[in-house]
Amino acid sequence: MFLLFCGCVVTKEEGDETLALGATSKNCEGHDKVSAPVEFPRDGCVATKEEGVEGFPRDRCLWESSRREIRGFSFCCAAPCRSSSLSHPVAVARRQLIYRSPFLTLARQNGVSVLIPCVVVVARRLYSPPDSGKSRTINSNRMISATQQKIADELDVRARKYLRGDGANLETLRDKKLKGQLVNREKLYGQSAKAAAKAEKWLLPSDEGYLEPEGLEKTWMIKQESIVREVDISSFRKPFDMILPDLGPYKLEYTPSGRYMVMGGRKGHLAMIDMLNMNLIKEFQVRETVRDVVFLQNEQFFAVAQKKYPYIYNWRGTEIHCLKEHGAALKLQFLDKHFLLASVNKSAQLHYQDVSTGVIVANYRTGLGRTDVMQVNPYNAVIGLGHSAGKVTMWKPTSAKPLVTMLCHFGPVTDIAFHKGGHLMATTGMDHKIKLWDIRKFGLLHSYTAHAQMLDFSQKGMLALGNKSHVHIWRDSGNQDYKQYMSHEMVKGYQLAKVCFRPYEDVLGIGHSMGLSSIIVPGAGEPNFDSWVANPYETKKQRREKEVHALIDKLQPETIMLEPTKIGTLKPRRTKANPTKKEIQEEMESAIDAAKNITFKKKTKGRNKPSKRTKKKEEGVFKAKRPFLEQKTEERPFKRQKKEEVELPKALQRFSRKKAQ
Amino acid sequence: MKVKVISRSTEEFTRERSQDLQKVFRNYDPNLRTLEKAVEYTRALNAAKLEKIFAKPFIGAMDGHIDAVSCMTKNPNHLKGIFSGSMDGDIRLWDLATRKTVNQFPGHQGAVRGLTTSTDGDRLLSCGTDCTVRLWKVPVLEMTDPNESNEDCSKPLAVYVWKHAFWAIDHQWDGNLFATAGTQVEIWDQNRSEPINTFEWGKDTTVSVRFNPGEPDLLATSASDRSIAIYDLRMSSPARKLIMQANEDCNCYTYDGRKLNEAKLVHKDHVSAVMDIDYSPTGREFVTGSYDRTVRIFPFNGGHSREIYHTKRMQRVFCVRFSCDASYVISGSDDTNLRLWKAKASEQMGVLLPREKRKLEYLDAVKERYQHLTDVKRIVRHRHLPKPVYKAAALRRTMIEAENKKDERRRAHSAPGSIPVQPFRKRRIIKELE
Repeated sequence: MFLLFCGCVVTKEEGDETLALGATSKNCEGHDKVSAPVEFPRDGCVATKEEGVEGFPRDRCLWESSRREIRGFSFCCAAPCRSSSLSHPVAVARRQLIYRSPFLTLARQNGVSVLIPCVVVVARRLYSPPDSGKSRTINSNRMISATQQKIADELDVRARKYLRGDGANLETLRDKKLKGQLVNREKLYGQSAKAAAKAEKWLLPSDEGYLEPEGLEKTWMIKQESIVREVDISSFRKPFDMILPDLGPYKLEYTPSGRYMVMGGRKGHLAMIDMLNMNLIKEFQVRETVRDVVFLQNEQFFAVAQKKYPYIYNWRGTEIHCLKEHGAALKLQFLDKHFLLASVNKSAQLHYQDVSTGVIVANYRTGLGRTDVMQVNPYNAVIGLGHSAGKVTMWKPTSAKPLVTMLCHFGPVTDIAFHKGGHLMATTGMDHKIKLWDIRKFGLLHSYTAHAQMLDFSQKGMLALGNKSHVHIWRDSGNQDYKQYMSHEMVKGYQLAKVCFRPYEDVLGIGHSMGLSSIIVPGAGEPNFDSWVANPYETKKQRREKEVHALIDKLQPETIMLEPTKIGTLKPRRTKANPTKKEIQEEMESAIDAAKNITFKKKTKGRNKPSKRTKKKEEGVFKAKRPFLEQKTEERPFKRQKKEEVELPKALQRFSRKKAQ
Repeated sequence: MKVKVISRSTEEFTRERSQDLQKVFRNYDPNLRTLEKAVEYTRALNAAKLEKIFAKPFIGAMDGHIDAVSCMTKNPNHLKGIFSGSMDGDIRLWDLATRKTVNQFPGHQGAVRGLTTSTDGDRLLSCGTDCTVRLWKVPVLEMTDPNESNEDCSKPLAVYVWKHAFWAIDHQWDGNLFATAGTQVEIWDQNRSEPINTFEWGKDTTVSVRFNPGEPDLLATSASDRSIAIYDLRMSSPARKLIMQANEDCNCYTYDGRKLNEAKLVHKDHVSAVMDIDYSPTGREFVTGSYDRTVRIFPFNGGHSREIYHTKRMQRVFCVRFSCDASYVISGSDDTNLRLWKAKASEQMGVLLPREKRKLEYLDAVKERYQHLTDVKRIVRHRHLPKPVYKAAALRRTMIEAENKKDERRRAHSAPGSIPVQPFRKRRIIKELE
């Protein structure tokens, strides 16, 4: 018979050794010793320490360990354990499975460090009543393998994310040595993905937020006031309304770590706020129209699109640069891995400037009219522009033409937003439509009839829509079908200017004509940050170090492409080297047709005669035909040569040809 | 309504005291780090560039000899000791750490042609053109003062006088015997004044001799009649012989000792005769010194060298050795100097912190992953060559191409199958004798 324990590796008595848990910890009164995560075994029985206890029969020692467990922690599954004195191990196991997740939170409430992994230990043959027959053992055996299978499956599902796509197809390889090397490599990838999946399952310190309705409640009916009443005190401070009636509407932007916010009022009011402790770092007036604000590589610098030019300020409010080449920019974006500041100005020119060297990397005329809709796709650093004719174009700094032009709306595009995963784009237009696009195949996924002026995707994929004085938050209800999740009403008459999710927090920042607001959106942010990617608790030294590393790893503009995983891969081999005869024929016909359909401009007197026009047309047709005809003549002798080659050695061919003639 | 929002207390995510380490939290989610491949590629490129920048292999020259350095041997007991013999009969023991002479062993009248130490490192044997082999006691290097040794080394323990000049000497790896090469191949015992065995195959002079480290009774020689012979001490006559056409053709050939009909690999890169070869103690690499004034390091399984070392002042290289820890290379050349090089040109010497080590490992892995991309490959492969070597290499290339072309033409103009295509591994072998 088998029993499942879910426990933590901390025991209560001093000097106690935790048995059957694969780790020891002494001096546990203060819960300050935390063990490493214990590997979950493949074969079902674990207990690395099981054999370590001498003098006890195996049954006894595990029994002891389980009792200590119970004494150390009075968690949910312990109670049935003790009361029934293990007469119903199956039931215990089931209970344990049910209560696994509460256990984790319980452990945390007891004051144990959050890093404590939850260790599942399967102890074999803990207690077998004398009357238990063989058939029962088999039954329980099956049960264990089923639960184990479940966990393994879950890990596999989690690991798929870390595998970053499918492995190479090794079946087609003929080189045995290479195949062996690649098999090893793939195995390593699999192992590291599994390790990452385990770390994700057991080691992450925070949990995702959620909002669950009870009974007839609907999530979108829940008001901010009732949410605020329920949450803890540190989250209680996060929603606020800042009334700044004079210099609005306000644009705002967060740093990638979500720690700092910069805001810019239309009439020239700029301020930077530390959102962690709500400190105002600097506030100043530029007395000029401010159209957009954006942070550069860290919170030390930010760029502001002002009346005539964009400017760069540091955190003290000192003007560092005036970027005259950009002209009157309407919208700014910063590509942090490339150190490129992108802007689109009044004459619809797209500028890319490297802020580390000051070089203007690219300057392209979009030619689609004035627009202030610009967004960077975080997945591949391609810039999306929305235009007044309903088109969305995507740009990279190394091509003068847009990579993609999509007709998205029948009417001006008012905003676009990109999902963090890189395959989803949301657009909204004046035609009262909100559309979701799959930008891997540039196809429409869903189209909703709703009006929104601004959009933003959160880290967990929620979509915020701002319209006049309403804010709606939509959530993926499976299959990328977005449904309403929350809604928030500003005071009537407030005009929204920007909605922006705060990274790593369940907060939505709203800039409007009367100042700033922020609301709580449970489940919007990524709960766990990575200190090496974006750290909200970054110290000065860490910030400096990170800046140096970012500069060393600065990406060249050439690395921006639609599919960034293509770097370092092979060009796909062309399957067809030579087109078939039919294809050539078709190509020729289409070329001739195109030449025939050319309409000539009206020329001045004498050169516009019908005869001259027909002659010109004939010439065009001949020109179109010519390359195909030449190709044919080139091919013919080559083919004949090949035939003869088979018959005679090369050196003797010239003699034979003479003979044949 | 159930609600939970992300809430972090600052105390949990920051350190308590300023003496503590900063807390680090990891989240391996691929969505958090975008453009991973581009970043990795950039790192690989930067690592390749940095490797080039830090590639400063030359450590120092050791001067003291007054004639060309003809032979060297390692001191197996001391990592930093190396013996060198020169054309004027001078033998010196060097301390590599201070790059100074520790001892001199005077006595040889003509050029010293061969040096070897016993495997235990106690005895040094030298041979020369003065028809003598001398046995020396190796002084013990003192830790306190490496420049002074209290023992007197001016007198050899034994002098073996024989009939002909010696060209090479090598000590058995596991035993008391040593072999000398000259007109014949002789096997000596340290305790006897005359050779215990003599081998002869043909009339030409043998120029080098080496014992097999794995099989103590096997030894190989090369002779001036273009032959390589393998001898077995347990037999009275030579075992096998191979005659090659490769007289100073600038290549190194790796053979499987059991199959001499075909070279395992041909290592091509030098542009003049290869004068000396020494394997790394790891067995994965070997170093060659050449008459073209360069030292090259080859992987044991690679056809081309991974590294080339040269300086303006280094003349014809006569002998090269790997150090016993495989991290240095020592070359002795015509300009009377020994030169000390790093085995890996851009390696950082000294103790590495674990973090540094991990970083270097990471950069190596990234470099390996993107090694086939043109930019990375170009930077990693680029070596500055001296002009004469560069020109000679280009000339050699054209000559080889012309030869191949000629072969092709000849094949095209003769009956099919009459001139078989022979791999280069076999082409230089004239015959194999048993």
